[in-house]
Amino acid sequence: MRDAEFFRHWLEAAAAAVEREADRLTELDSPIGDADHGANLLRGFTAVRTALAGADPADAPGALLQLAGRTLISTVGGASGPLYGTLLRRTGKELGEASEVSDEELRAALDAGVDAVARLGGAAPGDKTMLDALVPGVAALGTSYRAAGDAAEGGALATVPILARKGRASYLGERSVGHQDPGATSAALLLGALADTAEGTA
Amino acid sequence: MSGGALVGIVLVSHSAGVAGSVAELARGIAAGGAVAPVAPAGGTADGGLGTSAELITAAASAVDRGAGVALLVDLGSSVLTVKALLEDEELPAGSRLVDAPFLEGAVAAVITASAGAPLEAVVAAAEEAYAYRKA
Repeated sequence: MRDAEFFRHWLEAAAAAVEREADRLTELDSPIGDADHGANLLRGFTAVRTALAGADPADAPGALLQLAGRTLISTVGGASGPLYGTLLRRTGKELGEASEVSDEELRAALDAGVDAVARLGGAAPGDKTMLDALVPGVAALGTSYRAAGDAAEGGALATVPILARKGRASYLGERSVGHQDPGATSAALLLGALADTAEGTA
Repeated sequence: MSGGALVGIVLVSHSAGVAGSVAELARGIAAGGAVAPVAPAGGTADGGLGTSAELITAAASAVDRGAGVALLVDLGSSVLTVKALLEDEELPAGSRLVDAPFLEGAVAAVITASAGAPLEAVVAAAEEAYAYRKA
């Protein structure tokens, strides 16, 4: 079973990964985006850290994820804010008020979270978005947390040859081909942080 | 309709300049009688390009007279942030995301709202702006 401490660790690990990789995310966002993905997520996850520090110690996993989601929506400033915000908030809502959740419950909740992201953005796997990492990543949760992290990483790498159909990159048409999607890359960081947390290596 | 209150309009753009200028244009064209409350929510809270959930919620509260609030948006994160805020019920009751071209929709919405029309009519007028072909 996973308690609130686990979710705090996961979000902390995600924030640390974003901090570590912010420059690379912004670099990936330069040729096909508006070169702010790393800076935007860094601002969002720094605010998440602050929000978690001020959160009620008695908060359940679901409440912590909803707090993180709301914080991302209000602080990121780009499309990744409402998208990641929706992912975490919806996942948190699915977990409800339980003080501990099973791996199976977390998997089902993340599934619902990813569905909500797809609806909000109107995107599907293959559009060169964060869904290209989230969908295979969450599907692989059935195997293990590490498998989920690896599948998300693989999904992010697989966005390189794809023609973008959503977001700023879609305006570039063919010129979006040959670049790794920054959103899929940050989504892989999120699931990688989950794997590290589950293995106790974060 | 609640006591003849006017529908409020929020203009969400990636740029404070764009949101402010479109608001000014729409108010100017609607002028002649009462003008519906219009609030721009442009750029990030620190003045950069992007979308600010805080500015949007503040603008929506500022124009809410109880008759509903129509939100017009420009690109990507403006659309997604308003949708996420609506989903989480963080905007006044009766807030609606309008599917309309930003500038033309804003002018149509402000003129219609200023005439005292209800939210449905304001939304319809803004959406009709898509049907006007320029060439």
